[in-house]
Amino acid sequence: MIKVENLHKHFGKLEVLKGIDYEVQEKEVVCVIGPSGSGKSTFLRCMNLLEEVTDGAIYINGVQINDPKTNINEIRTEVGMVFQQFNLFPHMSVIDNITMAPMQIRNLNKQDAEQLAMELLDKVGLREKADNYPQQLSGGQQQRVAIARALAMKPKVMLFDEPTSALDPEMVKEVLEVMKNLAKEGMTMVVVTHEMGFAREVGDRVLFMDGGYIVEQGHPEDVFGNPQNERTKAFLGKVL
Amino acid sequence: MEFFDFFRWEIIWNYRELYAKGLWATIVLTACGYIGGIIFGLLLGLGQVSKKKLIYWPAKIYVDVFRGTPLLVQLLLIHLAVIPTIFGSSQGWWVSGIVGLILNSAAYNAEIFRAGIQSIDKGQMEAARSLGLTHSQAMRKVILPQAFRRMIPPLGNEFIALLKDSSLVTVIAGAEILYVSKVVAGTYQRFWEPYLFAAFLYLVLTYAVTKLVAFIEKRVDINYNPRKKKERA
Ligand SMILES: Nc1ncnc2c1ncn2[C@@H]1O[C@H](COP(=O)(O)OP(=O)(O)OP(=O)(O)O)[C@@H](O)[C@H]1O
Ligand SMILES: [Mg+2]
Repeated sequence: MIKVENLHKHFGKLEVLKGIDYEVQEKEVVCVIGPSGSGKSTFLRCMNLLEEVTDGAIYINGVQINDPKTNINEIRTEVGMVFQQFNLFPHMSVIDNITMAPMQIRNLNKQDAEQLAMELLDKVGLREKADNYPQQLSGGQQQRVAIARALAMKPKVMLFDEPTSALDPEMVKEVLEVMKNLAKEGMTMVVVTHEMGFAREVGDRVLFMDGGYIVEQGHPEDVFGNPQNERTKAFLGKVL
Repeated sequence: MEFFDFFRWEIIWNYRELYAKGLWATIVLTACGYIGGIIFGLLLGLGQVSKKKLIYWPAKIYVDVFRGTPLLVQLLLIHLAVIPTIFGSSQGWWVSGIVGLILNSAAYNAEIFRAGIQSIDKGQMEAARSLGLTHSQAMRKVILPQAFRRMIPPLGNEFIALLKDSSLVTVIAGAEILYVSKVVAGTYQRFWEPYLFAAFLYLVLTYAVTKLVAFIEKRVDINYNPRKKKERA
């Protein structure tokens, strides 16, 4: 489904990703963990080209997305992204946040788009907030709307960049719950997270990143229960 | 009441028709200059946030030149040099005046647009692009609507500044408020009444604009939501 080959990313002189190879299978949930600054966000953002790739290749469903000939806008409709800071559109109501992209890009008419939006709001448990504005919602509710907004494009993969890090502890659960349900429905997901419990419970695979490399990867039980690499051990020792 | 006897307001009254024309000219000059300046300024502002050097630099240089030189000089150049050179003869003060005001206010508006666009959190653009919107769709649907709200107060100030600056069109014999006052002053050799009245007219106009801007600002307030909650099936 996603295949990354020898991915390098520089910011000017700073090399942030130093050659990453990996694959995500369909319906797989991959959790990415690692210390701050290790390149997790950069890695995730490369997968829908929010960051320009310096070197290497990324394929989604066999299409090389960092080929200049590829229509990146089309690719992005298939790759949903959820941000740490939600990034909802503050000038639009909740329902307009969700219907905007399908109407603009898929040419859905308003009625169909709103029906789709209401279904998605049901899914994230926020039907009654359809006509509210984002700033009238709690952080957890905003993030759930952001997930619904991404799902409205019917993506084949969802990328999450620390979706619960900006939330008060009591709101983390409601967002993780929505993500868990998504995983159960068979969505392919790549999740950068500090929620080790989530990685353990929902993840099919855990990647540990450090210093621009994938240092260790494997089934959550193995990585958490019996880490092989010294750096993984040190990191897990601190966070668990 | 000797003080009031000093004034001979009938001078103004005698020239009421000319003043009405002058007032109209000021309004038309300002309105045309402003609307044109907004449209052209938006293009320049978008140019100034462009990553393409061929778009960025011309926009940037234009804005710096027009902000860095006096409007008075620009008006004289346009009226006496640029337009006669291009068209072979003067096209009259209406054309020169409106063109000058558009070109000048566009430069100031461009700065307002640039600052407004750049003040929007870059997560907004990223969220829009990650949904698959093109850059221009994201600009139209996400960035500009938010930026416009923030730009209303400075754009309102720009409107008032332009209204007052339109008096400079006097130097190319544009028959607006100030020009009429000069005519009256010259005819009667009285200076208090015509110029005080000119000041009064400008004051009334700027006051009206201030009120208008405040009204618009309130209407587009992000929390102002005239749409009632709809019943949804
Ligand atoms: N736009 C940028 N320009 C320059 N350097 C950047 C940019 N974005 C990220 N970096 C640098 O790249 C490195 C990796 O950043 P990244 O955000 O990918 O880390 P991360 O693993 O997501 O960290 P965190 O857990 O804190 O979110 C950091 O050193 C960061 O300073
Ligand atoms: Mg990060």
